[in-house]
Amino acid sequence: MTARYSVGIDLGTTHCVLSYVDLEAGEDQVVLDVLAIPQLTGPGTIEDKAQLPSFTYLAHPAEIAEGATALPWTAKPEYLVGEIARNLGSKTPIRLVSSAKSWLCHAGVDCKQAILPVEAPEDVERISPFAASKAYLQHLRDAWNHRFPEHNLQDQDVTITVPASFDPAARELTVEAARAVGLGQAVLLEEPQAALYSWIENSEGDWRNHVQIGDVILVADIGGGTTDLSLIAVTEQDGNLQLTRVAVGDHILLGGDNMDLALAYTVKAKLEQDGGKRLESWQLQALTHACREAKEKLFNQPELGSMPLVVASRGSSLIGGTLRTELTRDELNRVLVEGFLPWVPIEERPVVRPRSGLRTAGLPYAQDAGITRHLAAFLSRQKEATGELADHVLPEHASFLHPTAVLFNGGVLKAGVMAERLMQILNSWLQTEQAAPARLLQGADLDLAVARGAAYYGFVRKGKGVRIKGGTAAAYYVGIESAMPAVPGLPAEIEALCIAPFGMEEGSEQELPNDEFGLIIGEPVRFRFFGSKTRRDDAVGVRLEYWQDDELEELDEIEITLPEEGRHAGDIVPVHLSVAVTEVGTLELKAVSKRDQQRWKIEFDVRAGDA
Amino acid sequence: MNTYTIDLSLRPTTFDLWHVCLAGTAALLALILIVVLVSVLLGMRRCKSAAPAVVAPTPAPQPEVKIVEKIVEVEKIVQAPAPEPVVLKEATPDAALQLLSLLQKEARFIDFIKEDVSAFSDAEIGAAARVVHQGCSKAVSEHFTLAPVSKDPEGNRVTLNKGFDAASFRLTGNIVGEAPFTGTLVHKGWQVTDLRLPKLTEGHNAKIVAPAEVEL
Repeated sequence: MTARYSVGIDLGTTHCVLSYVDLEAGEDQVVLDVLAIPQLTGPGTIEDKAQLPSFTYLAHPAEIAEGATALPWTAKPEYLVGEIARNLGSKTPIRLVSSAKSWLCHAGVDCKQAILPVEAPEDVERISPFAASKAYLQHLRDAWNHRFPEHNLQDQDVTITVPASFDPAARELTVEAARAVGLGQAVLLEEPQAALYSWIENSEGDWRNHVQIGDVILVADIGGGTTDLSLIAVTEQDGNLQLTRVAVGDHILLGGDNMDLALAYTVKAKLEQDGGKRLESWQLQALTHACREAKEKLFNQPELGSMPLVVASRGSSLIGGTLRTELTRDELNRVLVEGFLPWVPIEERPVVRPRSGLRTAGLPYAQDAGITRHLAAFLSRQKEATGELADHVLPEHASFLHPTAVLFNGGVLKAGVMAERLMQILNSWLQTEQAAPARLLQGADLDLAVARGAAYYGFVRKGKGVRIKGGTAAAYYVGIESAMPAVPGLPAEIEALCIAPFGMEEGSEQELPNDEFGLIIGEPVRFRFFGSKTRRDDAVGVRLEYWQDDELEELDEIEITLPEEGRHAGDIVPVHLSVAVTEVGTLELKAVSKRDQQRWKIEFDVRAGDA
Repeated sequence: MNTYTIDLSLRPTTFDLWHVCLAGTAALLALILIVVLVSVLLGMRRCKSAAPAVVAPTPAPQPEVKIVEKIVEVEKIVQAPAPEPVVLKEATPDAALQLLSLLQKEARFIDFIKEDVSAFSDAEIGAAARVVHQGCSKAVSEHFTLAPVSKDPEGNRVTLNKGFDAASFRLTGNIVGEAPFTGTLVHKGWQVTDLRLPKLTEGHNAKIVAPAEVEL
């Protein structure tokens, strides 16, 4: 059965969105729709909403009446996801699973182990980050199949977006979650690329007039939980404009939620100072909520000087127990604009404090809230990103990569003040190096662009539009101990062997030329695994003896266990390592026996705590 | 030629076959007549006792219905020629309860209405009114799409042609003469163009507009 629809799923940190294109609508016509997702909003009530909040609530058996969690397609879903989870969880945080997606990319954690919610007491049932992601996909699948019983999602072209900064293991986990709910055909797409696709689709063919050869587009995606940066170069091939993704940034856990929280803490401090009242945690939560609404109002209505904030009491007496304060424009500017987008020179770098020794297991949130510092670091690090492209020549004296155009995405940048400020700072950097100011690409829908772009990508994959070339966003290496006499007191020297070059295209495969490893049958063998987002010239088989600290980033170890099929345990088999980038967009490592060409898959997801 | 004479004083002295048959037939016919009469009487009595059940109105709607709007038709069954049956729409309580629940959840509406405001200052009431206003506005805009009935600005002169919708436009003041009517638009009116009330699961008790909260 051929697919009728191209479906894009934005599996976000805080929200999921599903968008689709009817492939049979007509010649080259793109009509994008966003699915209204039926979801529980409270026990017993179901509403259709465009966004499915990425939260899971693990309800106590006595908490919810029998039958009150029925959905149109099931009498009792396995997990409560969506709006109901967020609502119930706001009052009972110990049972709420949030940001499961960020855990997928968290080194040193086994994502298939039931570890969430981290703060939950012993007797609360926990689930794994993987299971939570699966639950969101399953809800989306069921919602789709309920709406289109004739065209099951399992039979459609599905594209799932992931942050550009997702490492190979996190990508693999996402694909596996999709496979587990029957979406084995799904392919991956990086979110900033999806945002650019959405912009191209939105311009209805006019995009060629807005960019030219030599342009470097900076895609800045500041969402609810993460900040994702990518650089896409505009090049030419056979007289046609072509887009190439040349660099991606690190996984920065910093976004709109941090901003609301920062505002709430500011107001809380003010309240406690003025009234001497201690705020309880539920009041802080209500305050965060009120701050979010006040922030949006202040950003949208420049004539307002301040917005009153009111936190109602929890009891039925509304007037008596109400807490009243206000958020002024000064505070907003100081906390959000100065705090998150500080005016810094291009040389500035994010502050990294050594983590204190006793850190409870949690997500590695960004320590420096200054998004502009992260941006400065990214652009400086990626100075060489366009080095190989003929049409992109950086001036000699350039200390960072000069973007010529900017595309924004994510809810935070809906605020004109924030978007303007980011542009001003970027242009001030460009000005100090006598470069032309970058221009902002207009017309993007900041909330739904990723899902829409993903749906459009299915269309592009049919050869009907311009495709962004990308390949792997990093080069990958395995660590091997160098053959050297052991020196007491010194750890064995490690060499990094390149197994996948930068920019390896989907559907291509590379084999290691000479290096051979002896693997012992039946015994797990572990390799240290590294990625580099800056080393663009290393070919497969290159051994690095020295590298700068910030050049190579250690990822989770990889593990190979050769099965005993037809061999004796303990035998040593010489193998090559082979690397392929699948059509889906995941990296696949294989060990290939030199003798009989037998192949074994090497697993990524062995995230034990000892990494 | 035979002649028959009738003599009623004559009594048969012997019963021949003919007479036996005649007597039997008469007895059978009498029996059938009695049975029919009895059954007709019984049938009529039964009809009388069943008649009130037929005329009674349809039982009241259950509170737990999934359909948001349900029209309950009350029809009187009358044999004789009668005036056109009157169809009355009876609002189901669920939609109303749902709206109350939404307003309470988003805007603390019932808390506000139920509280005695005389004890508080205007500033305190004002602070609470913000919660109510913000929440009501959110609840209403999320579940209803509202549009003005008349697109003209208030205060303008408007003309209503013959056959205008009297439900959408209400005439007030000096109503005389025939359409077209010309007058001043005092209020532009509101209409709901789209309605998105939440669906309810089977067995959901809509009468609980806000559950009691117990923190452990």
